[in-house]
Amino acid sequence: MPPQANIAEMQTSLPAKTPDIPPFKSTLDRHDLTLVRQAAATMQINLGFLCNQICRHCHLNAGPGRKKENMDRQTLKAVVAYARRCRFETIDITGGAPELNPLLPDLIQQIAPWTPRIMLRSNLSALKENMTRLMGVLKSHGVVIVASFPSLNLSQMDAQRGEGIFDESIAMLKALNARGYGHDGTGLELNLVSNPTGAFMPPNQDQIEKRYHQILGQNWGLAFNHLFNFANAPLGRFKRWLIQTGNYDAYLKKLVANFNPCAIEGLMCRSQVSVSWDGYLYDCDFNLARGLYMCGRKIHVSEMAGPPEPGNPIMTAEHCYTCAAGSGFT
Amino acid sequence: METYYKPEDLPKFEEIGKEAPDLARKFFEYYNAVFSDGELSEREKALIALAVAHAVQCPYCIDAYTQACLEKGSNLAEMTEAVHVVSAIRGGASLVHGVQMRNVAEKLSM
Repeated sequence: MPPQANIAEMQTSLPAKTPDIPPFKSTLDRHDLTLVRQAAATMQINLGFLCNQICRHCHLNAGPGRKKENMDRQTLKAVVAYARRCRFETIDITGGAPELNPLLPDLIQQIAPWTPRIMLRSNLSALKENMTRLMGVLKSHGVVIVASFPSLNLSQMDAQRGEGIFDESIAMLKALNARGYGHDGTGLELNLVSNPTGAFMPPNQDQIEKRYHQILGQNWGLAFNHLFNFANAPLGRFKRWLIQTGNYDAYLKKLVANFNPCAIEGLMCRSQVSVSWDGYLYDCDFNLARGLYMCGRKIHVSEMAGPPEPGNPIMTAEHCYTCAAGSGFT
Repeated sequence: METYYKPEDLPKFEEIGKEAPDLARKFFEYYNAVFSDGELSEREKALIALAVAHAVQCPYCIDAYTQACLEKGSNLAEMTEAVHVVSAIRGGASLVHGVQMRNVAEKLSM
């Protein structure tokens, strides 16, 4: 799809809400639950919406046309200063495709002294294109690679992420294995992320992880450390696909039907802060996609003296049912 | 168009217990136990159920177990193969009765 089409799809107006879905807050109330912050252990940094893929499940509408919404050097400096003030346990770098932001190596090098763990979310094909430039800095700082690998089936993966992506992903996993990633004892962690390739819920985490190990090992001799299995959030391009295919109402009802009160305690938004490419703060990347600022107002990372206060309420909307469905989203 | 099979009826399955709750409870307990992980995984059992759904030609079951197979991590290629397995068995079951046909014909023929 050309970049122009990507812009056109963003401008298409979408219905804001499905009438039959109870507000997330009222579902929490019904279960006597509140969703408030704990101590922030993770800072997620969204380097921008530029991506080399146009995935149909992307909640951010990321794609090749989004060249303006990417973190600049001044914002990066403010983000690193915030990490220095807060000393988060984990820095989680995401996008778009963060590899396409030329400042990624600088970010890793500058933030590494202030955190014991850096994670990079990768769609694999963007990493493949920037392998020479990035591999040295990733290995020297022990950056954990969290790679998208939605399905063990070529047709399903290519339908979600684009033609040829399955083969590219396999090739890139082989390249990462060859450099020590995904093997025990190397200290180079390679985790995979699987998303359903349609309007259905994800499989049981343990069972699908076992199957990924078995199939990737048997068929391609590939190794990885862990698989994380997440439902798709009805936002951005995925929401548009759900509406276009007549799946939107049924999908939301499915998420609501799968609401698991026990998942609330461990939700990722409770212990992380998400920083957008322009330096503003959100409770999570889905709220970033939805434009729901942390505390309901625009706060720049440079204004924050320390981490968000434990006990502060978390902004919610109907997409929060995604993370509260089944075993949750951590 | 009016039809005997309506997708919105599928979630009403449990209403079958209204007039015979004890039997329904026993059935659904058994049903849920059958589909839990055992010697076969939940994913494998869902594929078997999908194939059987095609054999008994139950639209409710095809709908339910197509979704279940996807949610257990199966893909369309595996699900299509499962339907071919049931087609082979159904077709084979017809064809193997040709032996009976041949027996009768041979007895009657010169």
